[in-house]
Amino acid sequence: MSGLIKSSLARKFVMALSGLFLVIFLVLHVTINLASVISPDFFNEASHFMGYNPIVQFLMQPILIAGVIVHFVMGFVLEIQNKKARGIAYVKYKGSANAPWVSRNMIYSGLVILAFLGLHFYDFWVHEMTYKYVEALPQDPTRYYHETVEKFAPFWRTALYVVSFVLLALHLWHGFASSFQTMGVNNKYSKGITIFTKLFSVVVPLAFAFIAIYHYLNPITH
Amino acid sequence: MKLYLKIWRQKDANSKGAMVDYTLNGVESDMSFLEMLDVLNEELISKGEEPVEFDHDCREGICGTCSLMINGRPHGPDSMITVCQLHMRSFNDGDEIVIEPWRATAFPVIKDLITDRSAFDRIQQAGGYISVNTSGRPVDANAIPIEKDKADESFNAATCIGCGACVAACKNASAMLFTSAKVSQFALLPQGRVEAAERVQNMVRQMDLEGFGNCTNTGACEVECPKGISLENIARMNREYLSATLKG
Repeated sequence: MSGLIKSSLARKFVMALSGLFLVIFLVLHVTINLASVISPDFFNEASHFMGYNPIVQFLMQPILIAGVIVHFVMGFVLEIQNKKARGIAYVKYKGSANAPWVSRNMIYSGLVILAFLGLHFYDFWVHEMTYKYVEALPQDPTRYYHETVEKFAPFWRTALYVVSFVLLALHLWHGFASSFQTMGVNNKYSKGITIFTKLFSVVVPLAFAFIAIYHYLNPITH
Repeated sequence: MKLYLKIWRQKDANSKGAMVDYTLNGVESDMSFLEMLDVLNEELISKGEEPVEFDHDCREGICGTCSLMINGRPHGPDSMITVCQLHMRSFNDGDEIVIEPWRATAFPVIKDLITDRSAFDRIQQAGGYISVNTSGRPVDANAIPIEKDKADESFNAATCIGCGACVAACKNASAMLFTSAKVSQFALLPQGRVEAAERVQNMVRQMDLEGFGNCTNTGACEVECPKGISLENIARMNREYLSATLKG
């Protein structure tokens, strides 16, 4: 086992597993968010459950945050090693001749997503923590829909979210199927995995973008 | 044809290199790329200048010795060939051609376009073989039945000539296509299964020690490999490694 922890392949496994875990989280996230467009009442109910259920708050949330941290930290560690592996750069290097742009620029799409997560955590997670633990305000199961829609009132925030979702799509386009290759899956199912990856990486970010734009265009009028 | 060459010149491993411009006339389209460099070197020698050092041996695409980054691609613009199989008909009169050595920390430049690829030898020595412990009753390898698809996959992996184009092409200078081909060619055969777990662990450990980068599955290595070694080998190596390490 000690070899597994230190080796380059182990780091690849960690990237793949944490990436797949975050993909599963995205499915849950986009499903609940879509409720904010279809049924504000259900969205409030689901958000309240997620916000106050002890298993979600004290088990699943820390695991999720750990998954995000591990994925990003390992991404940086690998990137630094990869840069070291080519100490002197080519004068002419035609990367586009043999590999797609998305696969060669995962670090940049990842950095944009990291920056977005900073904003996203500030918008929602910090707000929730302040509401519950700093100001210690009473539970209000009806506040979530209004708070969410109001967040998308400024154009700049909606635009930043949409741009981030485009980068998320690019990141998933390569990363999702790539994690299966890393886990050793390259067989008759790989074509199906690649097709599913492409559908997933378009549909999920598109759904997120649609939700943001929908709330921007349909503000709550008091 | 007339060519404008930009070639990496470096006196020795400890010197700092630089790109040097050469104009070469009278290049014929039927010449191989290496013959074109021979012509350049004859010109340089006749002028009393130091010829350009480059690796070459069989000149028929099987030894894996020639190793040039040509206009940003290992072995040049054509696919499934080595530099010695590349011909000047792939270029046009007046073209500028940038020629560099493989770039990887694990492949240090020895002189001009020659790199030290002994890191590959050390990976191979770490486990890329089958121990033959002879006894009084050796079993004839031909007497062991092997499924045709397994034998074909193993043979395909074994066609790797260890040229290093995978490392040169990879944006991370990763050696995983090479290492996985060497792991696979044995892992697929019954004779190789005996030492499979130990082999994959030792070869990956050596690969890491040599300072190669990590695979990010861009697929550049597969595209640039002159022997068409498949990414399936990397997936197989990952499976083998995971299974070997978890079993302890």
